[in-house]
Amino acid sequence: MDFVSILTIFVLAIYVGWEVITKVPPILHTPLMSGSNAISGITIVGALLSAGGAMVANEHVFLTIPGLEIHLSLAKLLGFSAVIFATINVVGGFMVTHRMLEMFKRKD
Amino acid sequence: MVLPQAIINIAYLIASILFIAGLKGLSHPRTAIRGNLMGGLGMLIAILATVAAKKLDLELIILGIVIGSAIGAVLATRIQMTAMPQMVALLNGFGGIASVLVAGAELLKSVLNPETPDPDLQTLVAIAASGFIGGVTFWGSLVAFGKLQGVVVPDRPVRYSGEQIVKVLLLLISIALAVFIVLDPHDTYLYWVLAGVASILGVLLVIAIGGADMPVVIALLNSYSGLAAAATGFVLSNNVLIIAGSLVGASGIILTDIMCRAMNRSLANVLFGGFGEIVVTASGDDVYGGKVKSTSAEELAMLLETAQRVVFVPGYGMAVSQAQHAVRDMFNLLESRGITVEFAIHPVAGRMPGHMNVLLAEADIPYDKLIEMDDINPTMGQVDVAIVLGANDVVNPVARTDPKSPIAGMPIIDVDRAKTVIIIKRSLSPGFAGIPNPLFAADNALMLFGDGKKVIQESVSALKEAS
Repeated sequence: MDFVSILTIFVLAIYVGWEVITKVPPILHTPLMSGSNAISGITIVGALLSAGGAMVANEHVFLTIPGLEIHLSLAKLLGFSAVIFATINVVGGFMVTHRMLEMFKRKD
Repeated sequence: MVLPQAIINIAYLIASILFIAGLKGLSHPRTAIRGNLMGGLGMLIAILATVAAKKLDLELIILGIVIGSAIGAVLATRIQMTAMPQMVALLNGFGGIASVLVAGAELLKSVLNPETPDPDLQTLVAIAASGFIGGVTFWGSLVAFGKLQGVVVPDRPVRYSGEQIVKVLLLLISIALAVFIVLDPHDTYLYWVLAGVASILGVLLVIAIGGADMPVVIALLNSYSGLAAAATGFVLSNNVLIIAGSLVGASGIILTDIMCRAMNRSLANVLFGGFGEIVVTASGDDVYGGKVKSTSAEELAMLLETAQRVVFVPGYGMAVSQAQHAVRDMFNLLESRGITVEFAIHPVAGRMPGHMNVLLAEADIPYDKLIEMDDINPTMGQVDVAIVLGANDVVNPVARTDPKSPIAGMPIIDVDRAKTVIIIKRSLSPGFAGIPNPLFAADNALMLFGDGKKVIQESVSALKEAS
């Protein structure tokens, strides 16, 4: 994709974000933060590609996890760590947001 | 199974729409749970689409996801509601480091692969940006976590002479490193030097900020974690990363702006000015000198018995003393006797945006009893008893009266207009702004010294006995 189309998407997304999020009431600001934490875990998409992609010609094995038949190049190791961090964001973020929002349910 | 790219891109589009619709759901507590679930579904779709797009090393991916999910699930279920600011700080940081790692891996691969040309200008700039923003976010968030948790770094602002010059220098070094990376990406170690310099900058930026300014810092780091994800989207030319990252970036900036307005301070003042160095003008003795009246839990109970409308003003002190459940007991007791009870919430009360609301919701206070500052202020004159629980600067009338005060112009909750104000506090010590609060010496104010939770529990017992 060329730079201008990517930039277009970026600018439009910020605009949409602005419109949607200004309507979130202050009582939900904490769940908004933890929920957006979960969404910023979208980096997991990049992490999956770095961790799972095949090694290129000049890459060599940097680390072997004994017993698991896993051989990692430096790039794959970085990707693997990123998968862990991003998953903590996604799972931790959505779960803790759910836990908080449950408390805001009306008890009638 | 390898799906064609067009289908993958449509899956990413659906995920993006779910993220936007999910955030829209947060505009009301009734729709919020569904909104959050929609966001989760969007993430699941994005992950599955990515895995289906290429032949990937699934064993490694699953191992990573299992480890991450276990840690995330434990954190999410074990964390105390009072510790939510720490949790969000950590998650901000993890978002940042993930971007640093992904961009670093991408740089390594593209430089090592003899079959592809070197990354273009856009990609290299985006890689440098991911490393920089991610580094600042990760280390800044860790310091914020330390300050909130009370470990390793002090809660107070750490200041030294020439600190702004040091920060500017680090910024210039980062820019220079980014230029080197763009000119010659083959020296990949420069990327890690850049991430390292950004990390130092992140530490220095946050360590200079005091605990009570954390709502601003956390909101800002929240925004950075989104921008880091968006930058990584530019690296990979991936729409869903750019869209999701921008949404979070916008969210964090909006919250930052709301927090700054609620203190009548600019973002630059919070980040670089800070309250730590303000000299106290009026000393406590001049303001309080013999005019402070103190009361007891029993007297509070008597006052409450004859009241018709009671308003609580909670602050960070309520979180510290874990008083929210005792407050709930008092709320239920008063409501059962036909007394109207409300909670006045200042935007910066607590250590993160919305902190007080979450604590009170945890204690089963209905959310329609949580009233925003601007909505409750016009009716403060009709309040019989206002109970200030662990708040100080956000009820200091000096903000309205003294244009020279460090909190001049900060919107406050006008508790001084209530018929009686009870301030539950351990001592007369000043709040974060370091200035005395003339409210404590006002004619209609009574100080109730002690631990918030204990005092409220004692008043509840006294109320029960009296009936």
